[in-house]
Amino acid sequence: MSDVNTAMVQKYRNDFLKEVEENVEEGHWVKMCMQCGVCSGSCPFGPDWDHPPQEIFMMIRAGKRDEVLTTESMWMCTSCYNCIVRCPRELPITHIMHGLANYAHRLGIAPKMNPTRRFSKIFWNNIAKTGRVNELALSLKLYFMDGFMSGIKNALAMAGVGIGMLKTKRLNPFALINHKGVKNPKELHVLLKKAREIEDRRKGIAR
Amino acid sequence: MTDVVATNETILVVGGGISGMTAALEAAECGKQVVLVEKNPSVGGRIAQLYKYFPKLCRPSCGQEINLRRLKVNKRIRLLTMAEVTNVDGAAGDYDVSITIHPRYVNENCTACGACAEAVTAEIDDPFNYNMKTIKAAYLPYNMAYPQRYVIDPSIVGSEDANKAKAACKYDAIDLDMQEQTIEIKVGAVIWATGWRPYDAAKIQPYGYDRYPNVITSVEFERMMDPFGPTGGKLLRPSDAKEAKSIAFIQCAGSRDRNHLTHCSRICCMASLKQSTYIGEQYGDDADAKATIYYIDIRAIDRFEDFYKKVQADEKVHFIKSKVANITENRDTGDVVLHGVDTEGYHRYDNTHDLCVLAIGMEPSVRADQIADNVSADASGFIQMNGAGGAIFGAGCATNALDVNRAVQSATAATLRAIQVVNRVSSAEA
Repeated sequence: MSDVNTAMVQKYRNDFLKEVEENVEEGHWVKMCMQCGVCSGSCPFGPDWDHPPQEIFMMIRAGKRDEVLTTESMWMCTSCYNCIVRCPRELPITHIMHGLANYAHRLGIAPKMNPTRRFSKIFWNNIAKTGRVNELALSLKLYFMDGFMSGIKNALAMAGVGIGMLKTKRLNPFALINHKGVKNPKELHVLLKKAREIEDRRKGIAR
Repeated sequence: MTDVVATNETILVVGGGISGMTAALEAAECGKQVVLVEKNPSVGGRIAQLYKYFPKLCRPSCGQEINLRRLKVNKRIRLLTMAEVTNVDGAAGDYDVSITIHPRYVNENCTACGACAEAVTAEIDDPFNYNMKTIKAAYLPYNMAYPQRYVIDPSIVGSEDANKAKAACKYDAIDLDMQEQTIEIKVGAVIWATGWRPYDAAKIQPYGYDRYPNVITSVEFERMMDPFGPTGGKLLRPSDAKEAKSIAFIQCAGSRDRNHLTHCSRICCMASLKQSTYIGEQYGDDADAKATIYYIDIRAIDRFEDFYKKVQADEKVHFIKSKVANITENRDTGDVVLHGVDTEGYHRYDNTHDLCVLAIGMEPSVRADQIADNVSADASGFIQMNGAGGAIFGAGCATNALDVNRAVQSATAATLRAIQVVNRVSSAEA
């Protein structure tokens, strides 16, 4: 297909629901939503979402691909599971929200500066490096996410907690240089790379 | 009491509500022998607890009066009240049934004069009014009860109260030595019409039925309208007996929910539409009086659409397309606050109402798989009409969530099936 052709197909694609069903974790549940609204009303962060879950499901079915994948809404989910517990049709709403966020991120169209997305990336890089979370490095990276000055401010604000954790031996200051990961992180990296390849192939995401 | 004559040409009807009564009457009026078993002290069932029927907004007592008249004059029906079927064995045309009869402590001499109730001091919860008030422990279940015969509650038997009741009776109607008894009878066919019960509202945790006094069920709301009911026919909310003017109705309370009842209970939409008219009936043009119906979708089936349209045109009734997420209580006023997001525009709301009525779902009183070995239950426990049950035929709400009209149709259908079975028996024996 020519570029123009591809662009037009892209513009008029109306099979977003199908795309979600195929590529988003638990996406096949979206069609089961009966628009009762209990999820939206039950969400503790509900007022802060641009589009509550119920609306997102309807937008998916209406083919609003760009609006859905670029919204910050599903990044607001804190996995409290209130929606899943109350959903009369037992939709795994929390998982669908994370699935949508992940899919948007993998396509590279998720909001770049969304703090949840940035933290998730930091977390993933941290854990994938050695196979175990280096909590000290993770916290520091998080504090300094927005630059040096705000990092110092964040660290000072949390100093009391840090000292308390030091005293109760919940925090090892040497972990920064002496972090113990899994026995053979190289093998883990090979494994993760392979898994990523398989998933990308399945979801048709070009690398 | 024990002289119940039954053969394998007899039809047993289990349950004396609208379905069971209909089935028993129609079988008997076709010339069949019928044993009608009712668990409660009176026949009538759930319809006797209703204030009005939809869609005509007429009184259930009217039809009940006709049915009772038919019942009283029919010699082919043997009515057993306070009786429960405990076992059913056998096959079509040849069933052995065990029936346990609980003692009423009042015999047929009773004239329903009420002297025993005056003599007794102990009070018990009134099941006819969903325990919203108490009654004397010697009681007539309700004004139109049939048989018109008092009941002595077993909780006072053996106490001074019971002796006082016995002494007060001028007709020698009180027999405190009555014992529970079990009888075994033979029947040819069984019509199972044990009906429904409201789903346990306390299980719907976010709605706080067990925590907030001003969250009630639709069946309780219905009792409030009865002049002889717990509030004397006024819509007084439970917390402070204040007149409830802004009333919320929550649809699908328990129904269409995989956490509760998976089926649609079918009557609740119409019940709430009906009950929303009670507000106009009570308060006339009072501008503060209004009903707000929170719904997923209104299921006013077939000809009921007209009724829905009529209610929609009523300025007192508001509709919000949303399943309420949860309810909280204003501790100072006792008002209930409903939280949610509507589907028409995704607006978040926190609406305050005087009273909240849960349009509660129906579940079968007796699960179908507990009736007999070969009777099968659907996912909700209703009797599955798959022909596997031999000559045990479901009728009314034991088979599905039905309104009165459809329950009566279902009862008539079951009667026809049962009649065919006993006809086969009698032609084989002739």
